[in-house]
Amino acid sequence: MRNGAILPLHLDDVSFAAGGRTILSRISLEIEAGPSTIILGANGAGKSVLMRLMHGLLAPSSGRIGWTAPEQPGAPRKQAMVFQRPVLLRRSAQANVAYALKVAGVGEPQRGTLVREALESVGLAHLAHRPARVLSGGEQQRLALARAWALHPEVLFLDEPTASLDPSATREIESVIRAFDAAGTKIVMATHNLGQARRLGDEILFLDQGRLVERAPVGQFFSKPQSAQATAFIKGELPWT
Amino acid sequence: MLEALTTALALLAGFDAKLVEIVLLSLRVSLSAVGIAALLGFPLGAAIAVGRFPGRRTLIVFLNALMGLPPVVVGLLVYLLLSRAGPLGDLGILFTPSAMVIAQTVLILPIIAALSRQAIEDAWHEYEEQLRSLGADRASAALTLLWDTRFSLLTTVLAGFGRAAAEVGAVMIVGGNIDGVTRVMTTTIALETSKGDLPLALGLGIILIAIVIAVNAAAYLTKELAQRRYG
Amino acid sequence: MDLRKRLLLLAALGAALPATAQEKFIVVASTTSTEQSGLFGHILPAFQKKTGIQVRVVALGTGQALDLARRGDADVVFVHARSAEEKFLAEGHGVKRFPVMYNDFVLIGPKSDPAKVAGGKDILEALKKIKSASAPFVSRGDRSGTHIAELDLWKLAGIDIAKDKGPWYKDTGQGMGPALNTAQAMNAYILSDRGTWISFKNRGDLVIEVEGDKRLFNQYGVMLVNPVKHPNVKKDLGQAFVDWVISPEGQKAIAEYKIGREQLFFPNAGTPGA
Repeated sequence: MRNGAILPLHLDDVSFAAGGRTILSRISLEIEAGPSTIILGANGAGKSVLMRLMHGLLAPSSGRIGWTAPEQPGAPRKQAMVFQRPVLLRRSAQANVAYALKVAGVGEPQRGTLVREALESVGLAHLAHRPARVLSGGEQQRLALARAWALHPEVLFLDEPTASLDPSATREIESVIRAFDAAGTKIVMATHNLGQARRLGDEILFLDQGRLVERAPVGQFFSKPQSAQATAFIKGELPWT
Repeated sequence: MLEALTTALALLAGFDAKLVEIVLLSLRVSLSAVGIAALLGFPLGAAIAVGRFPGRRTLIVFLNALMGLPPVVVGLLVYLLLSRAGPLGDLGILFTPSAMVIAQTVLILPIIAALSRQAIEDAWHEYEEQLRSLGADRASAALTLLWDTRFSLLTTVLAGFGRAAAEVGAVMIVGGNIDGVTRVMTTTIALETSKGDLPLALGLGIILIAIVIAVNAAAYLTKELAQRRYG
Repeated sequence: MDLRKRLLLLAALGAALPATAQEKFIVVASTTSTEQSGLFGHILPAFQKKTGIQVRVVALGTGQALDLARRGDADVVFVHARSAEEKFLAEGHGVKRFPVMYNDFVLIGPKSDPAKVAGGKDILEALKKIKSASAPFVSRGDRSGTHIAELDLWKLAGIDIAKDKGPWYKDTGQGMGPALNTAQAMNAYILSDRGTWISFKNRGDLVIEVEGDKRLFNQYGVMLVNPVKHPNVKKDLGQAFVDWVISPEGQKAIAEYKIGREQLFFPNAGTPGA
């Protein structure tokens, strides 16, 4: 655990409404360091909004969200996020990673080293000079992961990172996530894919219609779901999605 | 007519000195105007695209409307500014190429600012979450987007140049169409046609059309190339 | 703005500035018909060779040329509408008016000659016939010397053209060349200066119908813009031009200008009452 660690993250009675609709309703929870957290739920349950609230892209309509240590403005961010669709600049793969480091204020020659390491960690070192936007879907998402991880953030948020990918690309992404998890980064991932949740998660936060309905370690959640909604969800989803 | 056309082609083939002088001046004026308009217009467009301030939408509508400024009106306004009787009269640049550059810059600045604003705002929609996630503030995001949309911006520049090279109203009024000093392709075509003297007008008309076609082809190819290489 | 952008901006401005910023030059406001006749292309190089002064001619209608000078945007005026020039002087914008040369107007019309004026020697009769035949007539309508001359002729013919004009009278607001183009397209009558007519290539069915009437003579005057009222006027250079144009050398250059073998302008500097 580093000094000035930002975890745990506290959500206190957080709600979020937009366009006249309540999307999240009175969520209170704590995200602790250590186990990888899966935010599970059907489409429209509010997973993406919850992720963005935690990452700081959205502000809650009511309630409070706070990290244990505040982020210093101007210092490299200690949390990063990977979105469902990777957004890459019209530059080479390595330039995209370098950009993130530059924004964070990392100078040469450190930057070059970190870029190389990040690309190697996701197996993209051989494509470093390729324009990022001509890479395949899976390669682009791996690049997004490399970019997010290049600064070794404390927390890595992932919003349905494999929802747009085919099974083999999905497997590649999952193995990268597992590697980051093993290296000590806190993983917080949203997904509606039961199999993925089981493969990657240590604990499950289950959302249904904007409420936090159940929270349990992964084994317990799947064998003995406590809530009716979780039970229905586990049964309703096809086993191979 | 046919005789005029053959004489025109002879002038072109022989690189007639007068014709060359007129074409070079036209290019100098319009390219300078486009350069200055880009230097001013891109940051302006980017700032409006990513900024959030009261009256932003009104400003965008206004900027878009200015794209349709009639060149003669711009010429009139710049003339009033630069006339000895006007506020900037002491600069003494009326009836010189500098005045023409200023008038054309005023004419195409809204085009470049409005079109770049649109391109960058579209990109901002795509990139905003990711750039904010990485910790970029609005100013550095604007710069990043300016570079990332560079191919669309190049198309914008070409559009501005096309408009400047083709207009006659503004340069006629502030330049005075002075022989050997401020006579450009469009004003020469107007003059020679009104004299009923067609060969030079036709020759210049052919060049002007060729330039317009070349500019449009360049814009198209730029987009194609960019799409293929950078995605 | 970082240094690179600053340098780019300066370079762009520098490229735009005229390379001739160091040359001696004056701005002469004159008329489109004079410029389009080609006279300036002939006499100005001689002046520049002698004095090293470049003359930049801005060609507008007489009214606009005088207005340009009223705003101080010209050093010399060289136009052909005596009443307007006298007014200009009376207002204090000019120093002194010198007659320079004259050319003449001609009545142009279609070969078919609907008003039956061809070959006549009396311009006023011709105008009366055009009006009673309601034959199409194109007017420049732009306060130019030619336009003012046309209006004066209608008045002399006893016609109040502003009141009595009909759809046959086309008030176009154009320079001489474009107006001739319009007349050619409409097969209409039009008053033109001889110089523009001679160099006009797009004649179609138009020919000269009436010429030689003394009332068709068109006198040119030159004036230095008053440096007291407009301190920016280059009075020495401008005066040099005025002096040259009425000097024997300048007058000879004017007389020598020909299109084909026809002389267009007849120098008459120093003629009293011109």
